[in-house]
Order: sequence, then C-alpha cells, then structure tokens
Amino acid sequence: MNYIASIGSYAIMVREVFKKPTKWPVMKSLILKEIDELIYGSMGIIIFISFFIGGVVAIQTALNLTNPLIPKNLIGFATRQSVILEFAPTFTSIIMAGKVGSYITSSIGTMRVTEQIDALEIMGVNSLNYLVFPKIIAMLLYPFVVAIAMYIGIFGGWTAAIFGGHTSSAEFVEGLQLDFISFHVTYSLIKSLVFAMVIATVPSYHGYYMEGGALEVGKASTTSFVWTSVVIIILNGILTQLLLG
Amino acid sequence: MIVVENLHKSFGDAHVLKGITTTFDKGKTNLIIGQSGSGKTVFIKCLLGLLTPEEGTIAYEGKIYSELTGDEKRDLRQEMGMVFQGSALFDSMTVEGNVMFPLDMFTRQSKSEMQDRVDFVLKRVNLVDANHKYPAEISGGMQKRVAIARAIVMNPKFLFCDEPNSGLDPKTAILIDNLIQEITQEYGITTVINTHDMNSVMEIGEKIIFLKDGVKEWEGTNKEIFKTDNAAVTNFVYSSELFKKVRQMYIEERN
Repeated sequence: MNYIASIGSYAIMVREVFKKPTKWPVMKSLILKEIDELIYGSMGIIIFISFFIGGVVAIQTALNLTNPLIPKNLIGFATRQSVILEFAPTFTSIIMAGKVGSYITSSIGTMRVTEQIDALEIMGVNSLNYLVFPKIIAMLLYPFVVAIAMYIGIFGGWTAAIFGGHTSSAEFVEGLQLDFISFHVTYSLIKSLVFAMVIATVPSYHGYYMEGGALEVGKASTTSFVWTSVVIIILNGILTQLLLG
Repeated sequence: MIVVENLHKSFGDAHVLKGITTTFDKGKTNLIIGQSGSGKTVFIKCLLGLLTPEEGTIAYEGKIYSELTGDEKRDLRQEMGMVFQGSALFDSMTVEGNVMFPLDMFTRQSKSEMQDRVDFVLKRVNLVDANHKYPAEISGGMQKRVAIARAIVMNPKFLFCDEPNSGLDPKTAILIDNLIQEITQEYGITTVINTHDMNSVMEIGEKIIFLKDGVKEWEGTNKEIFKTDNAAVTNFVYSSELFKKVRQMYIEERN
C-alpha cells in the first residue's frame, strides 16, 4: 500500500511542478545554474567512465574471439552495439542517478530540514516549480551527454583495441560501420530522455517529502539512488520491448 | 488583526489543538508561550497556512483563510513575513540575495529600486557591510537580522516569528526582541511570536497567550502575568528561581 501511495504522491508532485510558474527572469537564471550543475558538472565523470567502458568492452570482445573464423571487425561491431544500445544510455544514467540524483535529493532535503522550503511556501512561491522545474528543463540536455558518451565510448574501444594490439584500425572501423541501424541511436536517445525525467524527478521527490534531520538526508539520498536505478532498469526493459521488440 | 475561532487540529489520534479562540492585535507583539508539545508550533503553522485545521476559522483583517481561492491565498501569503527558528536563509544566496528574493519574485521594481529597498531594510535591522556575505559566513544573531530584513522587505501586514532568539546570547536576544517590537510598532504590523523565552515574555509581551495541551489556558499582558493566580501559568513562567524571586519582589512591592 505504501508503494501505491508513494506513486500517487509522486504523480501529484509532478503535476504541481508545472503549476503557477516562477517569473521567467528568475527561472531563466535557475535553469542556467542547473545546466551548469547537472549537465556541465557531470561531463568529466561521464567522459572518463565512457572511455574506459568502451575500452573494456573492446578488450573483452577481443579476448573472447578465439575462433579464427570470426572476423576481427566484430570487436568494432560489438563495441558499437554495446555502447550505443546499453552502456551510453543506461549505464550512464545509473551513474547520473548516483551523482546528480544524490545531489538533488540532498540539496532539496537540506532545504526541507532547514525550513527553506517552508520559507518559499510562506512567501507564496510554488516551491516545487521553483526547485524541480529548472532541473527537468536542464535534464532535457541529457541526450546530448549520452551522445557524447557514445562517441567517447567508441573512441575508448578503438584506443584499447588498437593500442592493445587486438585489431587494426581499419578492421575496427569496418566493424563500426557493419550493419549500422541509425534507429538504434534514436532508440538510445529516446531512452535517455525518459531516464533524464526520472533522474530529475525521483530524487526531487525523495528530497522534497523527506522528514527528519541531517541523518535522514543521507538516508533519503541512498533511497533515492536505489529507486532511481530501479525505475531506470524497469523502464529500460519496457522501452526496449516497445521500441525494438 | 488576526481573529482565530475554535481552531482544532489533529494528527491521527493526537488532538493537538483543541478549540483555540483568540485575537492577535495590530501593531502589537503577540506572544504564544507554552511547554514543548503544547501545540505552539502547530498553531503557528496553522496561522501561516502550512497546516489545514479540521475545524475553526482564521481571519486575516476580515478575510477568512479557508474561504479564499488558491490565488487569494497566495496573495495573502505575500502579506506575511516569517522569521524561522533556524532563520531558513537560502544558503546559495548572499545576504543581499536573500533579502532581495521576495522583491525579485513578486514585484516589477527595477534593479536599482530593489537595491535601495534592500539597503534600507538591512540598515533598519542594523546590518551593514554584510551584503555580499553568505549565511554560513555570518553569526547566528546576524542571520536572525537578515531573516527579519527578508520578512519585512515586502512591507508585510503580518509577521510571524518562531523562537526568534533561540540559540542567541542574552544580549543579542534582547536586541532581536527590541528590533521586532520596534518594527511592529513602526509599521503597524500584526506580529505573532512563538517563544518559551521568559525574557521575551517580560520585555515585549504586549499580549501573551499561554497554551497547555492544545488548549488556551490563559491570555493577558506582561504586566498581568505577574498578578495571575493561574497555577499552570505560574508553574511554567516562574519555574526558574530567578523569576520566582522577581515575582516575589513584585508582589511584596505591590503590598
């Protein structure tokens, strides 16, 4: 019953976010601040992880190619498919659920604990619109992050494959181009947009409705990461079936 | 003026406010006192519209809160200022940003007009040279002044203060009390203060409401509290030896 009640209050929260908008000049600066914090601030870790994930996929594929009948261009092919279909959109989103999600929960949760949200409400500000809406808009840029993660992941795969001596550059690139279906990129970007909404709203929900003190802020951040990841994984299954099934 | 009639508020089986009826006068510092768990915070949250009472009405200068539309409630809230126990300043903004926030959100004033108003209220609360500091960089007393400045920057009709001098040294606490009283009288604000600080009661208690177990047990002024025979009030107010002696001296002087 608690889960159903939580889903209900989450839905109500999302509806409230779009009511009584904050003045545009104020909102504009909030959106730019969130883009800087959530998107630009995450680029470093995303680039770093994507590069090595792509590299590891390439190395593991190469090390498992023991049959001489299987062409070496499979390394590039497998890297591309793995990175575009899953690692860039889903794995990156799980990382973002940890980095951005816990930041969102703890910052909103701290505002709740220190009565800053009450202060906003008493002033007549729609606190949900003020706090959550800029995050949602900022996260609309998340597919660009995923696109960069795809590029860097494949580049990491190429680097590992070439400098690890597993294949030649020509074979790797040939694999990258083999049976390329452009819809896979579209599918991945659609998924990332849905995950972006989850990353912006689920941690906000856990921060906004938390009760207690500093200890509970920490607990809420952990719970938020768990639930954001669970929702991403479930939606990943549903969207994959709907878009590719 | 705020008129409260037969206010009831429960949380599950816990009946926290049990039919409170009172008025808070304009231009006066109205104090709500009582032990922890007596319902003071719930009462002030009901007055602020943060909690919805099950029964009873609250009228702000004749406007009954529960009968207002959503937009009217928001308009009314813009006439309210609040000083929180922990100040509730926005950590990410400077002192100036905090005070300017309500002006930025709800007025169409130019940047220079807003700046003038912010400078004026900060000067009014005796806070200078702190405009560009962040809340974490200033003392508790200064944070309270910023909170008061933010609360009055929109010229509110109603000012609510939750334990405004908790955590402050006695000297700063008296300064904050006096500041609130001066502002209340100067601008004709209806001020409601939630406190269990007896110095505040004696200093600025122009009207005092004593809550016990969610019931209004007594009301009067800081002069009348010396004379009252209400056992619950005397037990609470004169629980310290110092206040017992002060009261004794007062009674002896009268006789």
